[in-house]
Amino acid sequence: MKRRSQRRATVAPAFRPPSSALLTERELRRIIDTVLRLAKTTGAAETEVHVDEISDALTRFANNAIHQNVAEHGLTVSIRTVVDGRTARATTNRVDEDSLRATIEASLSLAHSQPKDPRLLPLPGRQRYRKVNRFAKPTAALTPEDRARAVRRACDLAIKNGQVAAGIFSSGQNQMAMGNSSDLFASYRGTHAEFSITMQEGSAASWAKANSANIRDFDPQKLAARASEKAHLATNARELAPGRYTVILEPAAVLDLVGFLFYDFAATALEDKRSCLNDRMGTQLFGKNISISDDVYHSFQLGAPFDGEGLPRQRVLLVDRGVPKNLVYARNAAKRARKQPTGHGFALPNEYGEAPMNLVFSGGDSSLEKMIASTDRGLLVTRLWYIREVDPYEKVMTGMTRDGFFLVENGRVTSAIRNFRFNQSLIEMLRNVELLGPAVHATGEEAFEMVVPAMKVRDFHFSEVTKF
Amino acid sequence: MWDLCTNSLDTAKLRGASYADVRVMHLRQRDLTTKNGQVGTLAQSESIGLGIRVLVNGAWGFSSTDRLTRDGVAACAAQAVSIAKASALAKRSDVVMAAEDAYVDSWQGPFRKDPFEIPLETQLELLLAADTAMRGVKGVTLTETGMQFRKIDSWFASSIGSRIHQRKVISGCGIAATSFQSEEIQKRSYPNSFGGQHALQGYELVDSLELSKHAPRIAEEAAALHSAAQCPEKTGTVILGASQLGLQIHESIGHPIELDRVLGQEANFAGTSFLTLDKLNNLRYASDIVNVVADARLDHGPGLGTFAYDDEGVPAQCTDIIKDGEFRGYLSNRETAHLVGLQRSSGTMRTESWNRLPIIRMTNISLLPGPWSFHDLIADTDDGILMETNRSWSIDDRRYQFQFSTEIGWEIKGGKKGRMLKNPSYSGITTEFWNSCDAICSFDQWTLWGTPNCGKGQPMQTMGTGHGASPARFRNVRIGTAFSNQ
Repeated sequence: MKRRSQRRATVAPAFRPPSSALLTERELRRIIDTVLRLAKTTGAAETEVHVDEISDALTRFANNAIHQNVAEHGLTVSIRTVVDGRTARATTNRVDEDSLRATIEASLSLAHSQPKDPRLLPLPGRQRYRKVNRFAKPTAALTPEDRARAVRRACDLAIKNGQVAAGIFSSGQNQMAMGNSSDLFASYRGTHAEFSITMQEGSAASWAKANSANIRDFDPQKLAARASEKAHLATNARELAPGRYTVILEPAAVLDLVGFLFYDFAATALEDKRSCLNDRMGTQLFGKNISISDDVYHSFQLGAPFDGEGLPRQRVLLVDRGVPKNLVYARNAAKRARKQPTGHGFALPNEYGEAPMNLVFSGGDSSLEKMIASTDRGLLVTRLWYIREVDPYEKVMTGMTRDGFFLVENGRVTSAIRNFRFNQSLIEMLRNVELLGPAVHATGEEAFEMVVPAMKVRDFHFSEVTKF
Repeated sequence: MWDLCTNSLDTAKLRGASYADVRVMHLRQRDLTTKNGQVGTLAQSESIGLGIRVLVNGAWGFSSTDRLTRDGVAACAAQAVSIAKASALAKRSDVVMAAEDAYVDSWQGPFRKDPFEIPLETQLELLLAADTAMRGVKGVTLTETGMQFRKIDSWFASSIGSRIHQRKVISGCGIAATSFQSEEIQKRSYPNSFGGQHALQGYELVDSLELSKHAPRIAEEAAALHSAAQCPEKTGTVILGASQLGLQIHESIGHPIELDRVLGQEANFAGTSFLTLDKLNNLRYASDIVNVVADARLDHGPGLGTFAYDDEGVPAQCTDIIKDGEFRGYLSNRETAHLVGLQRSSGTMRTESWNRLPIIRMTNISLLPGPWSFHDLIADTDDGILMETNRSWSIDDRRYQFQFSTEIGWEIKGGKKGRMLKNPSYSGITTEFWNSCDAICSFDQWTLWGTPNCGKGQPMQTMGTGHGASPARFRNVRIGTAFSNQ
């Protein structure tokens, strides 16, 4: 391994404090401009540059103590060149000029190795973007001590209640910028904080989690208290026979299920005939109480207002009162379908095209309490686990309940029950929704964050029971 | 690189660390895919950086940086110390580490052909030829192929004096044909799903798999599945193909034996384990023909879990996990070994990259071969279903109850392989399932499969694991549950 020379020209500061400060937008532009300048001298007809930078920290606890505590800083420069109708991408995390030049050359070499792509489009030019503000100074200012103290309080609560706590408290900031040789420039900066806690009481457990751009949007202590209370309720679980039940799905459980639908709304997925929406667009596929949009500008959403090609993300109504109405399109898919691109493309080259990444379900005016009160016999689900697709066209998913599964009888929670395996079609589930809560920013473990409501669903299919 | 390691270790010690270890890693990756005869992804990446783990006041801190200057790594080490001091605010006891020797060594994994030296044109030509062969089959609506190569250099140094350099070259490739007809999507993959086979090998792996030769067969099977009979719902005999059995081992043996899960350290995310400490040497895990090892040594084969030293500087080892059906061992590290009465770590700490903390991971968790030929196994089965190539997998968070489905099944009647079955699935409880194993095929049917996408830890880390398996038979298994009552 050749040692990196300290004397090479650099386009980022050689040393900054490790605290977490990100580069300024001017510094990001300097990296992009350097790549574009170097690429001109190497024969690239067109060039696109993505710069991503993160500064993250995560405090992990288990058995009522911190056992892992980490921080990372990273910056990557990803370069796509176009030459003679061919394109390819190369990525590095070194920002000296020699490394950037080598990365451009690697991209060109990859591009030259393939046949011409007749469908390749010229790079888009300058765009206009709606502003989103997802950078919160209180989150960026969180220290390891702040996180440790909050974890300590949660663990103290567990000890006081005879329980065992495990979880994470993370915070960080990230930014991305992209530019291309057609004068496009886009940038985004955001923060993120997350607290997740599992409280265990004997063999029972329950869980609570929240995340947001702003740490002030949630209180770790309240989450710990909620998990603690539900863990106590989860003790002495009894076994029920599997079968079809009315279920009340908390938002995290809804999220982790419907999260598996997002790619089906990609125009490329329909073209490839791997979407469950093939031959079903425009039909009454779901119940009339189901409407879904993709909307990065929603106040509960996170993320950048532009896609991997630099196009502004648009709000798209995907499902209108149960009828799949629209798809999302990257530029190439849009051209083939004679539609306008919607700003949902992945960075090129890729074979997947696009996907809606900011799903927003319309909600209702019910609440978990009302759903429970209206249920003669049903099951309350806190969280689901290990969800996988069994049948891609009927969208049958399998998985387990986890960390707080309760029997509801005559309008009240009466006992904890042993966890079930489900095998359930999402299409059928979204036909069987009886009540909806208000849509909230939900966070689970199987899908990225979305805006979804709690749901009361009839005839949810559980096939087997486990031992706890 | 050693200067950077030394510099960061010195800073950590000066600032109060009682122990520290550091990894500089340089990762290079190339990805090629095709779809329907067109190039899909064509990308290359490299990443280099340093991660340091320190023990201060009996608690851990970890920090990583891509700023590989003297100041950059010193600042990173100082930050790790600060984080460790914060960890001590919420500790219950001091970390105790099992003793380990210091090693100074350099090791390179086995590869004959460096995949980064093979012309891209050659690689793409092979993928496009396989793609063309699949698209020639009527009824196929989507064809996909891919190759992935990684070259990883790591320099590990620790405050006890270890200096270990390791180089690994990892290759993977596979093809898949999908058919959409009559409101049904069916798919076949070769040589396995998840992008195929992956191993600690060079381009010779790609050569050996003969993708184009197998392309027409899997395309024909994908189209034929639409008219195949539905896998019945019943309790009966299942024969699992070797790649599916590899994943069964991964989920129902590999994960439950991770000692961090057992001790509750993964309770919030990956889950815990039914293998509580009282079960060690005290549980009939499987029938007495079942022997499972965790073997990271090169002697076991070029698997995704093969190395010379783990990311804690402990030499690769072979540990009995299940011996003649009895549960015998966990995967441990220097911090947890003493909790199960071990004097030494079993050498399973692994990290995805320089910016991730090493955690307990599967190495090569393998079912040792039995005496059966595949022909004799089929001939000995009156009524059963052969299931091949994973399609979906799921198991509860304590690793008791699982359900798998595969891409294709074959009815076995009267000792003969009969008609094709679509949508096969089976489910069960881990120990009941493994205790029902009554036949395992021999070494000539045994493959060290690579699972490249095992996720664990927070922040999430993706790791490659190895699973040696040959086809095996299981009795009284629940079949067809995934599609029951739909």
